[in-house]
Amino acid sequence: MKKIKTLEELEQFRKEIQAQRDPKKTVISICAGTGCLALGSKKIAGAIKEEIQSQGLSLKVELSAIKETGCPGFCERGPIVVIYPEGTCYLGVTVEDVPEIVSKTIANNEIIERLVYKDPDTKERVVKDSEIPFYKKQQRYLLGKNNFIDSKSIEDYIRLGGYSALAKALSAMKPDEVIQEVIDADLRGRGGGGFPAGWKWHSTRNAEGDPKYVICNADEGDPGAFMDRALLEGNPHSVLEGMIIGAYAIGSRDGYIYVRNEYPLAVTNATLALDQAREFGLLGENILGSGFGFDIKIMRGGGAFVCGESSALFASLEGRSGEPRAKYIHATDKGLWDKPTSLNNVETWANVPLIINKGAKWYNGIGTEGSKGTKIFSLVGKISNTGLVEVPMGITLREIIYDIGGGVPGGKKFKAVQTGGPSGGCIPAKHLDTPVDFDELTKLGSMMGSGGMIVMDENNCMVDVANYFLKFLEEESCGKCTPCREGILQMRKILDLITSGEGKEEDLDTLEWMGQAIIDGSLCALGGSAPNPVITTMRYFRDEYEAHIRDKKCPAGVCKALIKFSIDPENCTGCHLCARICPVEAATGEKKEIHTIDDDICIKCRACYEVCKFDAIKIM
Amino acid sequence: MVTLTMDGRKIEAPEGATLLKAANSANIEIPQLCSNEELEHYGACRLCVVEITHKNRTRIVASCIYEVAEGLEVNTRSERVLNVRKLVIELLLARNPRHPSLLKIAEDLGVKKSRFEAEIKGCILCGQCIRTCREVVGVSAIGYEGRGINKRVATPFEESPPDCIACGSCHFVCPVDVIPMKEKDGVRNIWKTDFPLQKCESCGRYFAPVKQLEYFREQYNLPPEQFSKCTHCR
Ligand SMILES: Cc1cc2nc3c(=O)[nH]c(=O)nc-3n(C[C@H](O)[C@H](O)[C@H](O)COP(=O)(O)O)c2cc1C
Ligand code: FES
Repeated sequence: MKKIKTLEELEQFRKEIQAQRDPKKTVISICAGTGCLALGSKKIAGAIKEEIQSQGLSLKVELSAIKETGCPGFCERGPIVVIYPEGTCYLGVTVEDVPEIVSKTIANNEIIERLVYKDPDTKERVVKDSEIPFYKKQQRYLLGKNNFIDSKSIEDYIRLGGYSALAKALSAMKPDEVIQEVIDADLRGRGGGGFPAGWKWHSTRNAEGDPKYVICNADEGDPGAFMDRALLEGNPHSVLEGMIIGAYAIGSRDGYIYVRNEYPLAVTNATLALDQAREFGLLGENILGSGFGFDIKIMRGGGAFVCGESSALFASLEGRSGEPRAKYIHATDKGLWDKPTSLNNVETWANVPLIINKGAKWYNGIGTEGSKGTKIFSLVGKISNTGLVEVPMGITLREIIYDIGGGVPGGKKFKAVQTGGPSGGCIPAKHLDTPVDFDELTKLGSMMGSGGMIVMDENNCMVDVANYFLKFLEEESCGKCTPCREGILQMRKILDLITSGEGKEEDLDTLEWMGQAIIDGSLCALGGSAPNPVITTMRYFRDEYEAHIRDKKCPAGVCKALIKFSIDPENCTGCHLCARICPVEAATGEKKEIHTIDDDICIKCRACYEVCKFDAIKIM
Repeated sequence: MVTLTMDGRKIEAPEGATLLKAANSANIEIPQLCSNEELEHYGACRLCVVEITHKNRTRIVASCIYEVAEGLEVNTRSERVLNVRKLVIELLLARNPRHPSLLKIAEDLGVKKSRFEAEIKGCILCGQCIRTCREVVGVSAIGYEGRGINKRVATPFEESPPDCIACGSCHFVCPVDVIPMKEKDGVRNIWKTDFPLQKCESCGRYFAPVKQLEYFREQYNLPPEQFSKCTHCR
């Protein structure tokens, strides 16, 4: 490929590759995101290629039309294979299904009933991907292209209009106009703080100092979150394009992508994308003949949650240990190497081409008063449809959890949803109709964070949940400042006592007092938000705390020291399953007779509870 | 000079001064454990926090780092501030329940005892030893090991510190006296390592670690006979 030197050449190239593809011809998308890869999607892709050859269909389906794509989000039901142009969506595909998929669906457009989506409640079948309830309420401006793009192909990205926003910015907009467009779009940072991206760029552009840096934060350390990963793995060019536009607007020549160390596929795909962009002349000197030059380096993260915090990230990039620095000067004035720096999250960058292409007016038509555009959430926990969902700001929690997520499985009752990552807050059922945006979540004592959403049901003990998050943060605290290092530890010790039945009445006041002082006193936002899970669970589930402290009971039946397992003679059939699974022989009994559990021996491992088919094991 | 209000009083301070320094000059006492004028800003102990109001926004900042600004309103003893300080000193007392300087700060804050069970570590991780060694002495003989609650000050690989010149700066700067240093029979022991002392050619007194004198000669390109005598006999 020779360098694309002008805008016209880019459009010419786009036309050529678009012409090579007849939109009526078959395209097969096989998800090669991390989730589906783990379930064997690479083998499935290989098998499909072989089958197409051996069944003599190579003319109908070219090799380049068999795409290993980024994650389309519905990880719960992977591996996912979608056959276009029909959009026939097969879920939970195995290598054994491949011959049939090729002979029936690809050769003859016949649907394989067992592989299509069936609504768990209505049993209604849905063939087209866009009709599946999981996707129906989503607006997938960022993730949607993942289905159509081979994550290792720049041609695929360009075919779908890629780099046209960059061309537009370079040819028709002055840097200030680009910034104004992003300000008008009201794009707020997706990495946690929600700071207006356009204003950040504005400050960086106007700051004194040279060079200026543009950085993409791909450290994504929240447990269970993988939206940045899906974007960087699945559609790396959308992130690059956003960064190049940002660099042009700010007046930067040097960019970095700081990628979490545990994301090898993201590193591979982003590195490849950078090489391709350089080869095509979209990075480097004189991009598209504009005279503007910019390049990006990839750096691997320091391996700690706190490295995603801006000052720690800079320290890590500078080769020092990833520890936050206390300073009251903005990174836009003194960031990386004390030079003006714009640090933005992966998803923030990926929004930029969209805004430039479609305009601020279009963009800020989506969302709420204070939060515009869409947000990707990673929906996990006690939810039927685990996965990534991209929704317009302002959608309610209920719509996300029930309409898209399919609700809580197993007929259990919803209890809370934790938003905002480990230091977010737990929101109870009575607030399910809250519109999801930066400000509303903050009002509830939680936060948007980077978009984690963990659903909990009646079997989750909220004291235990708070303790779990605190333990995570205790381990991730860098240890530099006293309130975070020592304060989280002491809060966690109090929760340990409460969950083991040794809590005292005054503990609740102590926790509340400590929580506020840790938030006020900590050096960085890790400590500054760490008490949130405790504060919100005390606010919304105080009765559970009180039950642990006063009655020495765990209402959800989780805290081992406070529960007893017993067998309900009414329900026990003497099937002996409990006795067989019990690792310590606490559950005993003759076959076909009522069994018993010896509480002195029982280690509360729950194995009998999980295995009993007759609801005979009771937790008290 | 800029003018600001501190605890209701109008005070003046030179531009670039920290709030802590401005407070000290105005005889307003703010407790602190990790700030040191010879060292770069650190802001880790969080005892020195104050509440500031600027353009109608109120927040808590570390006074040892935050710089004075025209029209700033500072409250060094608001309830939120005192709560942070009380928590910090109680947390530090759990690491070191007995050191007089910590007990004095506690007393001033009206804290009688820590509500947290003591798990004695001695060191309060103010980092002054490490920073002095690196920034003032210029050798980085000691550093941090581990992180979070397991963070501690240590020599590389827990062995005798190869770069240490036994100058004792870490020992002297420690606000809670947990870096022991002893001298006996012409030998200084610090970081569990023996360092021979130089004997004065004239009076025969041991006056400084040999390694430290070597380090100085190297640093300033001094002749080998420099420092053969103690300061009295020179
Ligand atoms: C402990 C901690 C961890 C963070 N981790 C991340 C992260 O993994 N990714 C991210 O984009 N931002 C993270 N942030 C937020 C960043 O500090 C910063 O606000 C963000 O990258 C700015 O980009 P944005 O304005 O586009 O959101 C973290 C913040 C804290 C306090
Ligand atoms: S003296 Fe300011 S934080 Fe320690």
